[in-house]
Amino acid sequence: MTKKSFRIKGAGRLTPARTARFTFDGKTYTAYEGDTVASALLANGVHLMGRSFKYHRARGVLSAGAEEPNALIDVARDAARRQPNVRASVQEVFDGAIIQSQNRWPTLAFDTGAINNLLSPFFAAGFYYKTFMWPKEAWAKLYEPIIRRAAGLGVAPKEDDPDHYANRFAHCDVLVAGAGVAGLTAALSAAETGAEVILVDERADVGGALLFDTSTMIDGKPGYDWAQDVLGRLKAMANVTVLTRTTAFGYYTHNFIGLAERVTDHLPRPGKNLPRERLWQVRAKKVIMATGAIERHMVFANNDRPGIMLASAARTYLNHYGVAVGEKIGVYTAHDSAYEAAIDLKHAGVEIAAIVDCRANPGEAVVSAARALGIEVLTGHCVLDTSGRLRVSSMTVSPNGGDAKRRIAIDALLMSGGWTPSVHLFSQSRGKLKFDKANDRFLPDIHVQQGVSIGACNGTDDLSALLAEAAAAGGGTLSVSGSSAYGWTGGMIGAAEGAGKDTVVKAFVDFQHDVTAKDIRLAVREGMHSIEHIKRFTTNGMASDQGKLSNMHGLAIAAEVLGKEIPQVGLTTFRAPYTPVSYGTLIAHSRGDLFDPARKTPLHGELVKEGAEFEDVGNWKRAWYFPRRGEDMHQAVNRECRTARETAGIFDASTLGKIEVVGPDAAKFLNLLYTNAWDTLKPGKCRYGIMTREDGFIYDDGVVGRLAEDRFHVTTTTGGAPRVLAHMEDYLQTEFPDLKVWLTSTTEQWAVIAVQGPKARDIIAPLVEGLDLSTEAFPHMSVAECTVMGVPARLFRVSFTGEIGFEINVPADYGASVWKAIWERGQALGACLYGTETMHVLRAEKGYLIVGQDTDGTVTPDDAGYGWAVSKKKPDFVGIRGLKRPDLIRDNRKQLVGLLTKDPTEVLEEGGQIVADPNQPKPMTMLGHVTSAYWSENLGRSIAIALVAGGRAKMGETLYVPMKDKTIAVEVTDMVFFDKDGGRIHG
Amino acid sequence: MFLIKCPYCGENRSELEFRWAGEAHIARPENIAEISNEEFAEYFFLRDNTKGVAYERWRHIHGCGRFFNAIRDTVSDNFLLTYKAGLPRQPVPGSAPVSPDAPEGGAA
Repeated sequence: MTKKSFRIKGAGRLTPARTARFTFDGKTYTAYEGDTVASALLANGVHLMGRSFKYHRARGVLSAGAEEPNALIDVARDAARRQPNVRASVQEVFDGAIIQSQNRWPTLAFDTGAINNLLSPFFAAGFYYKTFMWPKEAWAKLYEPIIRRAAGLGVAPKEDDPDHYANRFAHCDVLVAGAGVAGLTAALSAAETGAEVILVDERADVGGALLFDTSTMIDGKPGYDWAQDVLGRLKAMANVTVLTRTTAFGYYTHNFIGLAERVTDHLPRPGKNLPRERLWQVRAKKVIMATGAIERHMVFANNDRPGIMLASAARTYLNHYGVAVGEKIGVYTAHDSAYEAAIDLKHAGVEIAAIVDCRANPGEAVVSAARALGIEVLTGHCVLDTSGRLRVSSMTVSPNGGDAKRRIAIDALLMSGGWTPSVHLFSQSRGKLKFDKANDRFLPDIHVQQGVSIGACNGTDDLSALLAEAAAAGGGTLSVSGSSAYGWTGGMIGAAEGAGKDTVVKAFVDFQHDVTAKDIRLAVREGMHSIEHIKRFTTNGMASDQGKLSNMHGLAIAAEVLGKEIPQVGLTTFRAPYTPVSYGTLIAHSRGDLFDPARKTPLHGELVKEGAEFEDVGNWKRAWYFPRRGEDMHQAVNRECRTARETAGIFDASTLGKIEVVGPDAAKFLNLLYTNAWDTLKPGKCRYGIMTREDGFIYDDGVVGRLAEDRFHVTTTTGGAPRVLAHMEDYLQTEFPDLKVWLTSTTEQWAVIAVQGPKARDIIAPLVEGLDLSTEAFPHMSVAECTVMGVPARLFRVSFTGEIGFEINVPADYGASVWKAIWERGQALGACLYGTETMHVLRAEKGYLIVGQDTDGTVTPDDAGYGWAVSKKKPDFVGIRGLKRPDLIRDNRKQLVGLLTKDPTEVLEEGGQIVADPNQPKPMTMLGHVTSAYWSENLGRSIAIALVAGGRAKMGETLYVPMKDKTIAVEVTDMVFFDKDGGRIHG
Repeated sequence: MFLIKCPYCGENRSELEFRWAGEAHIARPENIAEISNEEFAEYFFLRDNTKGVAYERWRHIHGCGRFFNAIRDTVSDNFLLTYKAGLPRQPVPGSAPVSPDAPEGGAA
């Protein structure tokens, strides 16, 4: 490899005194500060930067910006701080950067995957769809591990990302996307009116096209100097925020813009407190889109060799980075702008082999200027082909439609098919495009949101018109004058000479996904006539560059084959993000513990001390079981179940949803929202309530205590609390607004300690003040306000176990103290702590249902065996009409019943299907499914609850649960397995 | 993300604070227990799913908690009006916003 430097003395804007060292595939290179990886490698004569996605073809850098499809690299600081698929034309070099090429093995120059290039006839358009079908086994052995891996990009790091990311919300009057001539002018114009302005540009430096276009003068200064002056003025204004290295990646509804700011990716040693990237979520009153245009490449045979690049890219490398992209350079163009690249390079002392222009009559001014410098200009000519293995070495030139071929030696080839306006943001805003046939481009037509497009992205080509348009968009009175050395004309889209119909050459349309002109034509021939189908079949435009270069060419080629005009074929959808945004930026702090915050009860710390294992219930962490030394879960749960029934168990029930329903119409309101009657409930008493939706299906359940005439303490299921409150609020606010009722969520206000079992009263009695706990004075389903250890409390005599039970509600902050005292008493009397698993087993032994486990949104109260809870007397309640629907009152509905396995040691699987005839041929008639199944230590056998069609009429019948390896015989029973007469609860 | 004006709070706030709550102006029948199956189906199950100007309910769930009504163009997503619950169906202010036929992505 050559040691030669391709830096041109006096060219570019970087300072040779400030250098940075980096490695590329292990070899050390020196860059100037401000270089991109691409410019630094080009300065060292390195063009080969990557291998293509499918064919593993050698590729160099094609562009000098965000549209880059080829030069994707892996950038690392260390093992964890590594990012694949970074565009070399965007990544700034920092001292110590470790850069690797991708998708090659063993080396970039010798890549065995390049065999795919020879096999390319097999990898034509739609290859995956045609190949990855059958046999099924090939998925595991061939498709996934071998073919898919061979076609690929970089590899993501496996380590946790040690960097942090930030998020910021912002509001402004005017957001300007793009800091080129148009954006800077508009921003300054807006800022001078006093408006709050945010100006963003994806590059490190402002100026846009002025970075390469040195022939433009504005306000009497070279364009780039003018841009720096404007930047200085903007930065000095308090009402302006300038964000460079920041991409406006998405334009969402109501002028909501997503910005990704890259804060530290260019720094050799970023401060620890700096976020790597920052997401800005901006709400702008007005969005000015000044997003510029992207140069088109030419579609011809072997247009992808390293050294072949966009003319504007070569001009950027020369005029901004001071790098010549070759020593003997050819130009292939359909647009005048490429001449300026040749002229600039010629002035810098680089040999221009020839300018090949496919047009017969290019702009007079540029042609004369080029010829005056001694550059050979071949108008009405084309480049038919190129050669060169790892770098282009020649181009074959021919007159359009002629036979004469001439081979010209080159080491770089610049191409330009004209300019494609960047309408991505505009389209994301749902704006409507129109086709500009004269220039073969889509332009913004109707803006649907409060936005405006200016400059090159709006097709405003003339500099004076552009400056006037930009100043007007900003809303101020700013006047800027400018001039260009040359006006630009021309442009083309679609396949160029030699790559048209009936050719099979590899003329690349989409470099990143290796889609050629012939692939697009094949897709049309195979029946894809919609551009959306063509896109998916060929994958044109579906790579991470989102088709910034390929979409228009692909569209034109498809239109030609279809014999339609381009606007009739349509355009595929532009989707956010404009360029890839890292997940880290999007999630910011929402990772680790903050990803989905856990809800912990006031007793959590005590439960941890007691060695609880936890399970997630919604966002709650609930104690699952309390293993003692040497116990597994099964043993712990069996012990807890036994102890709770023999002595007592203590349980954290704080997650229970709680809603305070207060007001003179509180009882009336609950009458409407629950199926039960509430006006008959006396203060000091509780009742189990069922809530249905208007359709008659069970929505939630829970115990409701009446504390006073106008005050109810409503409990809901743990998971149902928010939606039950929303459901209540909805009816109260919109259907029954005349009722005088207040609803307040009190779930987190109370710590709830359940004490259940024969000794429950003995445990709590000494701690309760001002209340007679005897069964006569305080029977089952009572509620009272009292004090517990001096703490104001609400005491419920309720049971979800079938034992004597109390639920002590104390203010959350006192929860832990009261818990400790109760647990101390409990231990002395032989009680245990129990978790949700034991709670489930104990309630199943009693046949108490759990909404959401035994019901699934299609179960009525009657189906569940709770028909008694539906009032027959009330004139109205939510669900009254739904319950009368024909399907809800028909025979043979699925009903909740108990199941006992014939083999008492066999525990059914929840979800198991139930059939009457296990020998019926498939598909079998399924009668229902198992909803709950446990080992009951207290009964010494398994128990289960199931939904079975016509279940209550099948008592005593034998049914079957077919499993993968066996069929389990079960007997249908009622749901109460333990203490069938219910005497224990009243003890 | 939408910007929604809560008619109770009187301010434009981010969609994050709100929750959509279905079609508006569907009143629960006074005599619901007596209505026919067809009337119940009409009331409970059937919704318009309008393309264009739609009347819908929203709730300022992470704000004042109130339900309210909104007129939204479901094509452009512009909110044309928001108003308090209980008010009758309000007329669409001005004319409908531009290009209800604009396909996704812009051109055709």
